[in-house]
Amino acid sequence: MRLAGGLIVLVAGLFILSLLSGYSSAGAFDSLTALVRDDASPLSVVMREIRLPRALLAVMIGASLGLSGAAMQGYLRNPLAEPGLIGISGAAGLGAVLAIQSGLVLIFPLALPLAALGMAVLAVLLILALAGRRGTSITLILAGIAISALAGALTSLVLNLSPNPFAAADIIFWMMGSLADRSFAHVWLALPFMVLGWGMLISLGRGLDALTLGEDAAEAMGLRLSRLRLMLILGVAACVGAATAVAGAIGFVGLVVPHLLRGMVGARASALLWASALGGAAMVLAADIAVRELLPARDLKLGVLMALVGAPLFLHLIYRTRKEMA
Amino acid sequence: MLVLTGMAVAAVVAAAGPAPVPPVLPPVRVVSINLCTDQLALGLAAPGQLISVSRLAHDPDSSAMADAARHLPTNGSGAEEVYLLAPDLVLAGTYTSPDTVQMLRNLGIPVEIFAPAQSLQDIPALLARMGAVLGREPAALAQISAFRAALAQLDDAPANRPRAALYYVNSYTSGDRTLAGDILSTAGFANVATEIGLHRGATLALEQLVMLQPDVIITGRDYPGQARAEDNLNHPALRALPGTRLAGTLTDRDWICGTPKVLNAVRIMRALRLSVEVTQ
Repeated sequence: MRLAGGLIVLVAGLFILSLLSGYSSAGAFDSLTALVRDDASPLSVVMREIRLPRALLAVMIGASLGLSGAAMQGYLRNPLAEPGLIGISGAAGLGAVLAIQSGLVLIFPLALPLAALGMAVLAVLLILALAGRRGTSITLILAGIAISALAGALTSLVLNLSPNPFAAADIIFWMMGSLADRSFAHVWLALPFMVLGWGMLISLGRGLDALTLGEDAAEAMGLRLSRLRLMLILGVAACVGAATAVAGAIGFVGLVVPHLLRGMVGARASALLWASALGGAAMVLAADIAVRELLPARDLKLGVLMALVGAPLFLHLIYRTRKEMA
Repeated sequence: MLVLTGMAVAAVVAAAGPAPVPPVLPPVRVVSINLCTDQLALGLAAPGQLISVSRLAHDPDSSAMADAARHLPTNGSGAEEVYLLAPDLVLAGTYTSPDTVQMLRNLGIPVEIFAPAQSLQDIPALLARMGAVLGREPAALAQISAFRAALAQLDDAPANRPRAALYYVNSYTSGDRTLAGDILSTAGFANVATEIGLHRGATLALEQLVMLQPDVIITGRDYPGQARAEDNLNHPALRALPGTRLAGTLTDRDWICGTPKVLNAVRIMRALRLSVEVTQ
């Protein structure tokens, strides 16, 4: 409970800081007043229409990615299982790009998260099929590389074929992710899918705890493994699909956060779920503050920052599991 | 970027000097591989002198002279393709791939490079130079005086200019030292980008734009197909400012190139300015 309190305070603090990061040099008090009271001043528009949705999306996306990472790792009992690394985010991005480029989103806005979710389901199914029930790290990572590469190549292909001269420049957004200038439209688009995904993944806690004893023991305790797997696939796809549809693929959140928190929750898979959700929210908030404070005029992509933090940890984890892989 | 624009300015200044010595005989097979030289040449070349224009010249969204270009075959601006047309002069822009230009010159084809206009004042110099390289000086002189006369008629900026922002895809804007910025100020607007020190093309963050509270936001056009980069033009914050008018889109073709067609853009912007003054 101490950890929960600490994480909530951290997320709340970073949320306020995120609201206060940006171009306008107005003071903190004025900014927050303008946020609460709509007086149609430009500052009020900035706070309510630009920064608030951005901070909310950072929380929602961070929680979704952290939770998805923890759930995947609990199910596969492998600390390397992360939606970005194993190609789920890439596939969701492909789905989103297809929905946008086909013009489907103009007729039916929900096509954006739905297409991302659909492709994410495909990717999770493919991963689980390729990695097997007790996937070794090597098969998991190789399957992930293949799916990421295919999704990335198809995304580039679709964008290069677009008649729009700016579509090709979008490739970097879909590969690296950014929250720049997102609006409440994106919040409402993603939120229902994320809430659904959160519900499904959090409900897996007891099952994942049982799974730590091994599949046979878990089934002997009454765990229905097929149902757990279905909930995991749909939950991860809903979370990652919705997050990627509005912000592009943001990698490494689901890798770094559960890794940092695993020790603090006593390696209980169920506790790691909610802790990773809060930790993920804090991490994406912090990264989104950093991209604005470090290079304000450049729209530095979130994925760049996450990779700088996450890739060394990924290498470290591979190094630690090299015996298994040998 | 700074170096590039610096070079472009230098090239324009050089072009404004005494016109290059005209070739003894004017070229008879001229190929243009840049949208802006396409349009300058289309306006000045003798019948049959220009034998090919770049692909964009046929696109009515990008080219103000798409109709005039229709009867000419297009090229993809590649050295191989251009060489096979056997031109005796190639017209290119500063941003044409230097490899293409070098390859053509190595193959013995003269290439004239034109810098993009940075202001309306660059246009007479561009016309004069194009007239000189095509051996069409009288036509160029006629267009220059017509351009100057038309421009003088539009010059009635009020002392109290409405504040306007140019806002394109990807949150890009043009400051006062650009052709688009000069069109805006000639039409009688004050460009808000200069208030925050942006003089050339630069990123104008959505937050900055909102905080500047311009009277009018003039957005870039919507390109065919979809791109996430265009999302900024539909952001609800643009419509949330009570005193700001979101005034339609600018017509790219009249704004991109330094040709007499920019007068269309000045006229449309001037009409917009007059309508803004009435409502205020």
